[in-house]
Amino acid sequence: MPAARTNRRLSVAAITACVAGIAIAGVAADWPGFRGPAGSGVAVGPDLPATLSRENIAWSVSLPGRGLSGAIVAGDRVFVTCSSGPDQQRLHAIALDAASGRTLWERQFWATGRTMCHGKTSVAAPTPCWHDGRLYALWSSNDLVCLDRDGGLVWFRGLTADYPNVSNSLGMTSSLVVTDGTVVAQVENDSESYALGIDAATGENRWRIDRPKAANWTSPLVVSPGLVALQSKTGLDVVRTTDGGVAWSYDGGAATIPSGCVLDGVLYVPSHGVTALASPDGDGTKPRQLWRSSRLSPGTPSAVASGGRVFALGKADVLTAGSIADGERLWQLRLEGPFSATPAIVGDRMICVSEKGLVQIVDVSGDEGRVLATLDLEDEVLASPAVADGAVYVRTNARLTKLIAR
Amino acid sequence: MQVTDRVRRPPDDGGGGCVDRSAADSLPLMRRLLFISSVLTAVAGPAWSADAPDAVAILRAVGPEGSGNPAATAAWRSLAALDATAIPRVLEGLDGANPYAANWLRAAVDAIAARSDTLPVDALVTYLGDTRHDPRGRRLAWELIRGRDAAAAEALIDRMLDDPSVELRHDAVQRVIDDATRLDAAGDAGATAAYRRALDAARDVDQIKAITKALEKKGEVVDLPRHFGFLTHWQVVGPFDNTAEAGFAASYPPEAVAGMPPSADAAWPGKDGSDVRWKAFMTADPYGMVDINKAYPGPDDGLKEVVAYASTGFASDAERDAEIRLGCKNAWKVWHNGRLLFGRDEYHRGMRIDQYRVPIRLTKGANRFLVKLCQDGQTQDWTKEWQFQFRVCDAAGTAILALDRPATPSGGPPPAAP
Repeated sequence: MPAARTNRRLSVAAITACVAGIAIAGVAADWPGFRGPAGSGVAVGPDLPATLSRENIAWSVSLPGRGLSGAIVAGDRVFVTCSSGPDQQRLHAIALDAASGRTLWERQFWATGRTMCHGKTSVAAPTPCWHDGRLYALWSSNDLVCLDRDGGLVWFRGLTADYPNVSNSLGMTSSLVVTDGTVVAQVENDSESYALGIDAATGENRWRIDRPKAANWTSPLVVSPGLVALQSKTGLDVVRTTDGGVAWSYDGGAATIPSGCVLDGVLYVPSHGVTALASPDGDGTKPRQLWRSSRLSPGTPSAVASGGRVFALGKADVLTAGSIADGERLWQLRLEGPFSATPAIVGDRMICVSEKGLVQIVDVSGDEGRVLATLDLEDEVLASPAVADGAVYVRTNARLTKLIAR
Repeated sequence: MQVTDRVRRPPDDGGGGCVDRSAADSLPLMRRLLFISSVLTAVAGPAWSADAPDAVAILRAVGPEGSGNPAATAAWRSLAALDATAIPRVLEGLDGANPYAANWLRAAVDAIAARSDTLPVDALVTYLGDTRHDPRGRRLAWELIRGRDAAAAEALIDRMLDDPSVELRHDAVQRVIDDATRLDAAGDAGATAAYRRALDAARDVDQIKAITKALEKKGEVVDLPRHFGFLTHWQVVGPFDNTAEAGFAASYPPEAVAGMPPSADAAWPGKDGSDVRWKAFMTADPYGMVDINKAYPGPDDGLKEVVAYASTGFASDAERDAEIRLGCKNAWKVWHNGRLLFGRDEYHRGMRIDQYRVPIRLTKGANRFLVKLCQDGQTQDWTKEWQFQFRVCDAAGTAILALDRPATPSGGPPPAAP
């Protein structure tokens, strides 16, 4: 990437980080991990298109395996993971040219952990993460790799090989975050349940903490630089990335499939609907509960927040918008589902993609939601879309498709 | 709109040539100098050299929890920068490598191959032909050959019906299945023999199921428990208490005699306080399912919050490496000759054949396995199962049959109590 462009993007990123009070993993126009640069499902850049047709498909390429991990975008490259082969024991990490969809490089690994999972999910379920010029990819087998921009292997970990009871026979899905030089992985399950803080440079453990012994498919969330929220059925623990120590905890219980999101330092947690939590005052260990709304209830997709609103895509395929100030329900809109993918927002527009592959662009700015455009990709979509520089990357089970405005 | 199949760009650079001090410091001085020299010259893409083994050794030394990773990063770069003639030597490094190291080495091969216009196909064929090499490395070599000469690679597959590589064998078996299917469709009497040939070689569950279905359709009998090596005859005892799932950690009396054959005189207090004793139990299930609910029938949804043990003997003709493979959706523990191998306290997340693979060293002569099987208190329909599948095989999944293996049950009465 040219230096000038890099500097410009870094400046934007720095400003965004200051405003939001959060750590971001890449530059603002990138989509560096699950739910984008700030973990809230929000992208910056040009609006999503208000009309859609097949003319909006810039390219669509087949992938060498299956998966429901989301694509991520860093500069001119798109990264995606797959799994293939008998029992999905082949793990693929792939870099594509964002402009053309051409494969730039591919690395394969052999799963060192168990690959059994429910038929609806896949070994390539966690969304990878891009941070400081490196790709961090995790699979359901709990194999974790760090690759450089050109596919050079920086380090490899096999977390089930390390801790043999770390697995879930239904499959693991928790995605990674990287902040403060630490890769945070939640490998939580019924048996040997941990969260790990791993040195991003070397792949060595900085810390490992016990977590509730219960299946958990949620992903860690960067609250602020050096603080990461770990959601589980018991609630939420915010831990320090330096030592894994708990800074504060919420013990009100929380969902184990949809994850919370963070905006302006406030966490919106799928707990009794959605519960808004702010950091404790002073040295307190309990958060300040700002509000709780049972009328906002995320289904499989995680909550997203933007523009003074928090959104929940519920089990009945109903998109609900609530006020970020008090959780009051503002409007509801029934979409064509069902949904597994977490929506993404750019400005006033949200993209929702159903499991049947129906892309739906929704205007979320007004007093009620309105579907602006739809496009049927005619393939199963469980992966959350990525949005970068006005382009949308939708990963179907076996293909990656780029949509652009025309 | 551009809709394509995969678009590949061949070359990538495989990394740079910087030196990781910790990697170099771990070697004696002269070898260190040679190693540093090799890293510096690696940018130009040298062939295999005298110091490349040091890089392989560094990669092979990586271990659990990221140990050895910092040194491995530099060593990987030096290997990945070698030219394609080095690939067979890097592949040889896979022999006996731990699972972490295997992935480091594999990634180096990928990087070299991706930027190489030509590959040492003859050397790869030689490597592939030596079945003492790592099975996955050999499969990788075959795929590299296929990428350059698909016809040659396909021709090699025909010889791999009995290959230690699960994937190579799978492809060879599929050829035979396809041939059998064609013969079958043409009404050729040779179809049955072809299916039998495929079955003898098949280790993949889906292939075995497909072949069995075809054979049974032709009136053939397939002894699936024997093919897989499922253990079908057990002595069971229970139920013991598993209230609040505490029974998983509790050590009930059968664990104290895990390495011993069940005794007809043994009697221990069970969950309800009355004595429980060993009793014979066998399964006629084609896939070896040992359904403990049938040994200890309860209400409609089965007993809850209970523990049972199952013990069986296994006479081995030799001391040898083997695997036990278990499928189970209940919490479980397994002992071999009185030694606890592994346990897992996960309930009702799913099960399949070969869900868990545990390496063991079979003793020549008598071996004894003890399985502890815990049922929790969940009441949903999908939590009724209290069962397991257990087989003994080699690393390729080929059944290892006990010298004293009884005939496969046909669903008749259970054998006599001990």
